[in-house]
Amino acid sequence: MAIALETHDLTVTYHKRPVLYGIDVTVPEGSLVGIVGPNGAGKSTLIKSIMGVVPSSGGWVKVFGTPLKENLHRVGYVPQRESVDWDFPVTVMDVALMGTYGRLGLFRRPGKKEKLQAQEALEKVGMLPYANRQIGNLSGGQQQRVFLARALAQDSDLYLMDEPFAGVDAATEAAIIELLKEMRERGKTVLVVHHDLQSASEYFDKLLLLNMRLVAFGDVKEVFTPELLQKTYGGRLTILSEVADHAAKF
Amino acid sequence: MDFLILLDFLIPATGAGKAILAAVLLGAGSGLLGSFVVLRRMALMGDAISHAVLPGVVAGLIYSPERSPVFIFLCAATAGVLGAGLVRAMMATTRLKSDTALGIVLAFFFAFGIMWQSRNQESTAGVMNFLFGNIGAINADDLRMMIIATVCLCTVVFILKRPLLVVSFDEGFSRGLGYPVRILNAVFYFLLTFSVVVALQAVGVVLVSAMLVTPAAAAYLLTDRFGKMLLLSMAFGVFSGVVGGVVSANINGMPTGPVITLAATAVFAATYFLAPQHGVLAKLFRKVRRRRRVHRENTLKAIYQIQEAGGFSYDHVSLIELARKRRHTEDHARKECAELLRHGFVELSSDGHAVSLTTPGWKRAMEMVRNHRLWELYLTNEANYADDHVHEDAEKIEHILGVNTVRQLEQDLDFPELDPHGKPIPQPQLIVPPIA
Repeated sequence: MAIALETHDLTVTYHKRPVLYGIDVTVPEGSLVGIVGPNGAGKSTLIKSIMGVVPSSGGWVKVFGTPLKENLHRVGYVPQRESVDWDFPVTVMDVALMGTYGRLGLFRRPGKKEKLQAQEALEKVGMLPYANRQIGNLSGGQQQRVFLARALAQDSDLYLMDEPFAGVDAATEAAIIELLKEMRERGKTVLVVHHDLQSASEYFDKLLLLNMRLVAFGDVKEVFTPELLQKTYGGRLTILSEVADHAAKF
Repeated sequence: MDFLILLDFLIPATGAGKAILAAVLLGAGSGLLGSFVVLRRMALMGDAISHAVLPGVVAGLIYSPERSPVFIFLCAATAGVLGAGLVRAMMATTRLKSDTALGIVLAFFFAFGIMWQSRNQESTAGVMNFLFGNIGAINADDLRMMIIATVCLCTVVFILKRPLLVVSFDEGFSRGLGYPVRILNAVFYFLLTFSVVVALQAVGVVLVSAMLVTPAAAAYLLTDRFGKMLLLSMAFGVFSGVVGGVVSANINGMPTGPVITLAATAVFAATYFLAPQHGVLAKLFRKVRRRRRVHRENTLKAIYQIQEAGGFSYDHVSLIELARKRRHTEDHARKECAELLRHGFVELSSDGHAVSLTTPGWKRAMEMVRNHRLWELYLTNEANYADDHVHEDAEKIEHILGVNTVRQLEQDLDFPELDPHGKPIPQPQLIVPPIA
């Protein structure tokens, strides 16, 4: 099976303090992966470093067999909802349209084709009736749907989503997971940072257990075991985070 | 700079004409860039850059005895960009946050500029014009420079409007799009510095950042659309510039910078109070209207409850009963009923001591009671509240439940007939008043 994403020895440090250690992961195409781990495990940092939003201090990332830069157009990134200012004077449609900007480059304007794509994406997440609303007048769940519409309009093959289920209502959560499964059926690969262990085993095919380093990666039934979860969540300080403290002082 | 002479057809002959053109240029430029400054929460950065250009101005005055505007412009812009770069560098290499880094750089550049100027008083005569602004001192050479800079600025922003918007809105996402984020940010800082330097001679170092913030802030309160915000901000910038320019040119003892700033603040104050959506008065008005509606609905509910207690066997409710139920005086009840009368919810009896609900009144009263009881039931059944903990909450929620939510609640609760306290839930859709 073709490989969508491969990282080798991916390491991230923040003010000299390592937050991710030597992550080796190979994600086959068409999988729906949940990234789980305790707070501060580096879940968001992992996808940010894959996207190059956070600089990595070692290792490499390949997307569909080439370095990320050469295949950036095939990757869609959905940041955390809190990362933007929702008072910004843009409409739901404006945000969905941003998904098409990658294909347009810096200078070309979005035309009819792009507008149709954005409309279609909004339709899919049930936000088309709100197209002309300013984004601040939406509920948390609706805001997350807008972010997803923007990602859909990108029409990528690999998606990296940072906590799309955080602070959304039950109906939106169900709609999002439905959408993710549909994307997988169409051969897309989706990695989702997820904070709820309970639902993680239902929602995803594969789980990536993370706590500063890769604890396990594989099919849910292989890695969703008490021992591996204990290894991910249990134990206050691992040797790694102690060493990290030393390194920060060094 | 011979080619600059080509611009001469644009430049008015009179002093007043020159002042107005200068005001238009600086207002447009700083209004445009200011929109980005406000949206990116970079007001302090504008302030830091404007103070940081002072050493550049001093250098320009010292090393160009013939006062070449191009040379002074370039020196000032270089100093501004240097200041912005220093701020970024301090943030990248230490754990200092932007406000602290800005504070240090702003003060240092300004102090250094003043110091340098004081030691070269003769060659830097006229520096006061740059400190506090003097639109009258702007000559044809300066204007040419301002025209070129403003046209460049507007063109670049127009071409890069979309990428600049996305980077300002969501930097992480724009990296994912493949945008050269660092370059776009650098371009933005250059443009920002340009707009500061364009406005410098008219407004002065000390107040130029007001032109970046105040007109854009006024525009931000007026609209929720980005394109409109840019245009409004430019319009406000031009307006304050022209007002300030004209006033200070015609009245003695009116320094240009402060007058322009005051004009911009007046525009801002007007939108602060009067903006239809985000203005203070509009918000107050909405609040008062909401409170009066809640009040009306509570009175209607009280009338319904009195009727209910009497088994719906009387068609009138006396004002005294209503006053007792609402725990007010009869006078107060009369006022409440007058308000209901105005909205057509009740009719007054012929002696004026009792009211009866009209059909719309029944409908609204039943809706309120239904909402209240549905919500109480929802809280006890679905959210596991104790039935003596739900009344307060329902008192607020009953006024804001929309049609769709009510329908959803009814479905989820399987079309209930009784609330947790055993009282019947009215059905306003069957609008037959329960009166016999």
